[in-house]
Amino acid sequence: MTMTNLTWRNPNNLLCSNKKWRSTHIDYNMIWFNILLHMKHRYLPMTEQDKTEMLAAIGVTTVDELFSDIPEKVRFKGEYKIKPAKSESALLKELSTLAAKNADLIQYTSFLGAGVYDHYAPIIVDHVISRSEFYTAYTPYQPEISQGELQAIFEFQSMICELTGMDVANSSMYDGGTALAEAAMLSVGHTRRQKLLVSTTVHPESREVIAAYALGRNVEVVEIPHTNGTTDLDELKNLMSEDVAGVIVQYPNFFGRIELLKEIEQVVHEQKAMMIVSSNPLALGVLTPPGKLGADIVAGDAQPFGIATAFGGPHCGYFAVTNKLLRKVPGRLVGQTVDENGKRGFVLTLQAREQHIRRDKATSNICSNQALNALAASVAMTALGKNGVKEMAMQNIQKAHYAKKALQKKGIDIVFDGASFNEFVIKLPVPFKQCNDALFEKGMIGGLDLGRFYPELTDHMLVAVTELRTKEEIDTFAAEVGEM
Amino acid sequence: MNNQDQALIFEISTPGRIGYSLPEIEIEEIALTELLPDDYIREEAAELPEVSELDIMRHYTALSKRNHGVDSGFYPLGSCTMKYNPKINENVARINGFAHIHPYQDENTVQGALGLMYDLQEHLIEITGMDQVTLQPAAGAHGEWTGLMMIRAYHESNGDMQRTKVIVPDSAHGTNPASATVAGFETVTVKSNEHGLVDIDDLKRVVGDDTAALMLTNPNTLGLFEENILEMAEVIHQAGGKLYYDGANLNAVLSKARPGDMGFDVVHLNLHKTFTGPHGGGGPGSGPVGVKNELIRFLPKPIVSEKEGRYFLDYDRPESIGRVKPYYGNFGINVRAYTYIRSMGPDGLKAVTENAVINANYMMRRLSAYYDLPYDRHCKHEFVLSGRRQKKLGVRTLDIAKRLLDFGYHPPTIYFPLNVEEAMMIEPTETESKETLDAFIDAMIQIAKETEDNPEIVQEAPHTTVIKRLDETLAARKPVLRFQKQ
Repeated sequence: MTMTNLTWRNPNNLLCSNKKWRSTHIDYNMIWFNILLHMKHRYLPMTEQDKTEMLAAIGVTTVDELFSDIPEKVRFKGEYKIKPAKSESALLKELSTLAAKNADLIQYTSFLGAGVYDHYAPIIVDHVISRSEFYTAYTPYQPEISQGELQAIFEFQSMICELTGMDVANSSMYDGGTALAEAAMLSVGHTRRQKLLVSTTVHPESREVIAAYALGRNVEVVEIPHTNGTTDLDELKNLMSEDVAGVIVQYPNFFGRIELLKEIEQVVHEQKAMMIVSSNPLALGVLTPPGKLGADIVAGDAQPFGIATAFGGPHCGYFAVTNKLLRKVPGRLVGQTVDENGKRGFVLTLQAREQHIRRDKATSNICSNQALNALAASVAMTALGKNGVKEMAMQNIQKAHYAKKALQKKGIDIVFDGASFNEFVIKLPVPFKQCNDALFEKGMIGGLDLGRFYPELTDHMLVAVTELRTKEEIDTFAAEVGEM
Repeated sequence: MNNQDQALIFEISTPGRIGYSLPEIEIEEIALTELLPDDYIREEAAELPEVSELDIMRHYTALSKRNHGVDSGFYPLGSCTMKYNPKINENVARINGFAHIHPYQDENTVQGALGLMYDLQEHLIEITGMDQVTLQPAAGAHGEWTGLMMIRAYHESNGDMQRTKVIVPDSAHGTNPASATVAGFETVTVKSNEHGLVDIDDLKRVVGDDTAALMLTNPNTLGLFEENILEMAEVIHQAGGKLYYDGANLNAVLSKARPGDMGFDVVHLNLHKTFTGPHGGGGPGSGPVGVKNELIRFLPKPIVSEKEGRYFLDYDRPESIGRVKPYYGNFGINVRAYTYIRSMGPDGLKAVTENAVINANYMMRRLSAYYDLPYDRHCKHEFVLSGRRQKKLGVRTLDIAKRLLDFGYHPPTIYFPLNVEEAMMIEPTETESKETLDAFIDAMIQIAKETEDNPEIVQEAPHTTVIKRLDETLAARKPVLRFQKQ
């Protein structure tokens, strides 16, 4: 249907509005009527001629006959009361105008992180994921015509293993939060224990997701307090017992601090529980990978690698385990094999774990994952490569450290100071909103209001400084906050 | 790797090459040992590829040529609604004001995004006939679990702790029973009758005061409308259970029947199916969930609300099941779905379903002379054929699927639903032309004839793909799931 059709719907706009004329030219009116009935739309190729032929082949005379099995009582009559269709150009204009009501990170200088980061995304990423052979495909169930997707995912799995130091990675999860919740549930299933310990330095929204999944499986979740911004080891020891399935920590943690995984690992494994680590994979460019520090599961979000912030999604969960947990992994795995001629190829494998085979006994209910974003992350990891990932991670540490010093010079307190990645906490001299509004006036988007998740940290800000922030931007930010 | 293999990106890596352009560091760098404890400084670099930008583009272009998408050719994969993915959706989702905004920005700076979400909620409420919608779930299965958690919360709020069972038809998607398990329920299967519909007598047999819910797709996975839906709803509701609608097949009933009017209490939608996501090679999707009034209080938080023209995230929901996903859902996919709905309008969406159903019935009728049609009645947006006639001649459904690859088609969904022997589930969608359908039908007829005259050509298919049938047993027996430098 076109805009013109819509005008036809209004009787006043009918070209043949003369009553007398209409009543004497019924045939002509019927043509109009038929055009009205037959919607033309650029996505709908069926012509009136096609429809006539197809209905005849089916053996019916009207479309309605095909819906005669819908009971009269539940049949929807009329049309949805939703907005009328718009032409391509008009809709693009309307939605561009709507988008312009948002303050975006291209225009504004952002110091906001808290799990979602404004990073350098190599431009090539968008060119690759815009190839419609990738984005218009479904799950690669037919490997002979899906080798491209399968190989790309195999490469993704390999890169995640490299960064995390783990043996096996799956093809992706929805996001970091649900990946972590699935990790928690894996530990429950594997250890047959019904209790989880989660550090309060894990992303608060991930903790909420873990709580929701735990409720489903009737699992108890106990939170481990933090001291000076890192997991309190003594509290962990006190809470640890032989009924704990898994201990969940974040590295670097929500406050940007580096958790002492070595010490945590000893406590966790002493009770044969599983160590589950949520990691920003970019940070692993410079940090010792959790796999080297005894993690059983590493899960997180690959958003820092070439994936747009997009108001919080879609991002890209990743999930990596040690070899012994291979058959407990949720979601899809791509494996290497050979064809009848001995040529290397890739297939979805170990599918007996999955819902479409095992149904209620599956390791998870996940079906759709984040394949296209896993591709985006792969391209970004490839573009950055061995040196670039390290260099970019290094720039984050250096620039965040510089920002800390710049703020301190202006008399701002760094709370929980210590080894950190690209985020840190400051105590604001003024109420959060006042600070944030003032920054916005100067073209800056301030950090996170920690008070919303930690009441004791009201008027504290979690500041993120990525490689994209220039010296000038950091200096301006420090000056503005310092002068409040 | 032999010299015919497509190289892995790791295999074309050469030390010293780079493919990036990082910002200038500008500041004086401090030794890492002063910033991090020694034990936490990475010693060995991750073995990521070292390649130039052109290397990357050639590599992924080569991979893309080894991949079949809807834009490459017909993709009648039943239950997946592989319709055309409109290009305007991609443009809109990439506008800076949608692509580059942060979930923790002040609400005043994201009114456009919240407004879009609110309006999408409103559109989905009208389309489903429900009373409220959450956009938080990331995909269909995630929506199923979210919906079941709400049903669980509802029963528990009534003190109905004994409602531990979820009834699922034998033809249901595998995610249904899997989601029931994740939500803490036990699955009970209800049989289909000789017409391919839920057996009402069996339903009455399995229902009871331990029933939490019945999960149903309508039309079901055979593409048949459950015409006794009102009676089924009554059976479940009288027993105190709730009715759950799996929206995977919504493309069949747009403007024809709304889940809310059929008696469903909870519904999830697959925006990447019905509302042109796209599928992205397996995701990301988006699985909003709609509920009736009495379940609104259990929705995940936050939901987007409006007050005096201002949009805000409503967290004040004390009975909410909590959060099922960080932030607010797969916003980028929701933007695409919204763009699609606004491109179609009410009469467009009606035409979508009518054309999808005509296409499916046309194919079904033309193919029924060559393949067994287990349930001979009008289908909705998809239909299921059985390859049992061909199986007797030594050609399995898998062979037929592989032979279709030689014609440039993605095969139908095979061996599903489970209640049809040698099943082939075909969903053409409304965006395919009659010429495309006719050509596919001709290929299917040719394969049926080959099965009689020259079965080897089918059994040994595919003949034209970049790779032949792969050894899946080897892949599972000796898993190689990553590249490792020798």
